[in-house]
Amino acid sequence: MAENEQPLLVADGLTRWYGRQLGCRDVSLELFEGEVLAVVGESGSGKSTLLHLLAGQLAPSAGLVRYRMRDGVTRDLAALSEAERRFLARTDWGYVQQDAALGLRMAVSAGGNIGERLMAVGWRHYGRIRGAAESWLDRVEIDPARIDEAPSNYSGGMRQRLQIARNLVTQPRLVFMDEPTGGLDVSVQARLLDLLRRLVQDLGLAVVIVTHDLAVARLLSHRIMVMKGGEVIETGLTDQVLDDPREAYTQLLVSSVLPV
Amino acid sequence: MTTVLEVSDVSKSFTMHLRGGMTLPVVRGVSFAARAGECVVLAGPSGAGKSSILKMIFGSYRCDLGAIHVHHGDERTDVANAGPRTMLALRLRVVAYVSQFLRAVPRVAAVDVAAEPLIACGTEREIAAHRAGDLLARLNLPDRMWGLPPATFSGGEQQRVNIARGLVGDHPLLLLDEPTASLDAANRAVVIDLVNARKRRGTAIVAIVHDADVRDAIADRIVDVTTFAAAA
Repeated sequence: MAENEQPLLVADGLTRWYGRQLGCRDVSLELFEGEVLAVVGESGSGKSTLLHLLAGQLAPSAGLVRYRMRDGVTRDLAALSEAERRFLARTDWGYVQQDAALGLRMAVSAGGNIGERLMAVGWRHYGRIRGAAESWLDRVEIDPARIDEAPSNYSGGMRQRLQIARNLVTQPRLVFMDEPTGGLDVSVQARLLDLLRRLVQDLGLAVVIVTHDLAVARLLSHRIMVMKGGEVIETGLTDQVLDDPREAYTQLLVSSVLPV
Repeated sequence: MTTVLEVSDVSKSFTMHLRGGMTLPVVRGVSFAARAGECVVLAGPSGAGKSSILKMIFGSYRCDLGAIHVHHGDERTDVANAGPRTMLALRLRVVAYVSQFLRAVPRVAAVDVAAEPLIACGTEREIAAHRAGDLLARLNLPDRMWGLPPATFSGGEQQRVNIARGLVGDHPLLLLDEPTASLDAANRAVVIDLVNARKRRGTAIVAIVHDADVRDAIADRIVDVTTFAAAA
């Protein structure tokens, strides 16, 4: 991690109002390649709003998001055309939803789900697309023999792993994750976390992960951002924030976790 | 010998907001240095703040006051004022920490836990696993256990995985928090040998050890932490 490299993603003063209701206020951050940032906080803290703003799915009321494109030029997301933004989201970015049904096409085969992202970047050769899909299924520990099944046949854990494969097949540099382990059984969670950890490490992904689970943040992230009431109240190295929390609310969060 | 670590006038207290903002003083005016090839042992009773000092050097605790300079190559980093990215880079190549207890990750095999710091700074997986295996073997961890996640290991077995993880890299500054606390005499002797070998290679070491025999075998200097007691 060189100190002089340019950040991949920059947010500056991001604010979002829903009418008179505050989503999040004045959030600024920098994310570098290979860096995992966990945004933690309880329901309604503004962490999901922030994720949607960063991923360009929601327009900010104030502030801006800049992204360093693959050609090295840093651009303001708001200045991209809709087509450019969609292309970015399909290629250089991933977005892993908590509910896999939202991130997958449930009636399309697993192979089709993975292949669709490749076709969006111009792949046309059926055999090669199928080959890539098989190798990604294997990588996320799904038997490639099940490539022709629709994810509606899959268990919750498998769906989530398929969603990850679909997102990573285009070799994105940045992946947004919204509670990726939420709603899964703990044993399934452990497997998914281990898989995510390895993929993030091996591929050198930059990740913004929203979670209310501090154990997930501890396991996956380098840095933590704690949100409350739409504002960032504490940031720092993950172990520093969790082992020596400074703010009252962070201390409450950390002390509320039952030790196992 | 060159100075690797310089702790100057460091103070630390905890403010406990859930206890009405009560302040818990930990240490005050901590000052000492460690040179290349030297082992400094922090001594004092439980609760004197020894582990807190190690955590401040590693950056997992914040300092209220003072400076913690780590020298590496021609550079000098003040951990007390370093940002997260600077700290992560420092941990990658300069400072390693063997915590008192292993934080086991589900599903990750012991050998991979030990090899991870090497892989993180770019060593090939196989070479890293090989070096981790060498260390686990020296620490008498049976090789049938290497492929298992350490969550179910005994305290002593976990501790040996943790030691291997801390020593597998070539960090010029090593922080050891009670590395031999749950080890038998034979394995304590192995740890003594490993630490002394690192000293000969020029590693600066700050350690907390309660065993008198281990302390006598590795310490070049004792720093009495009770002299940094913070007035309550």
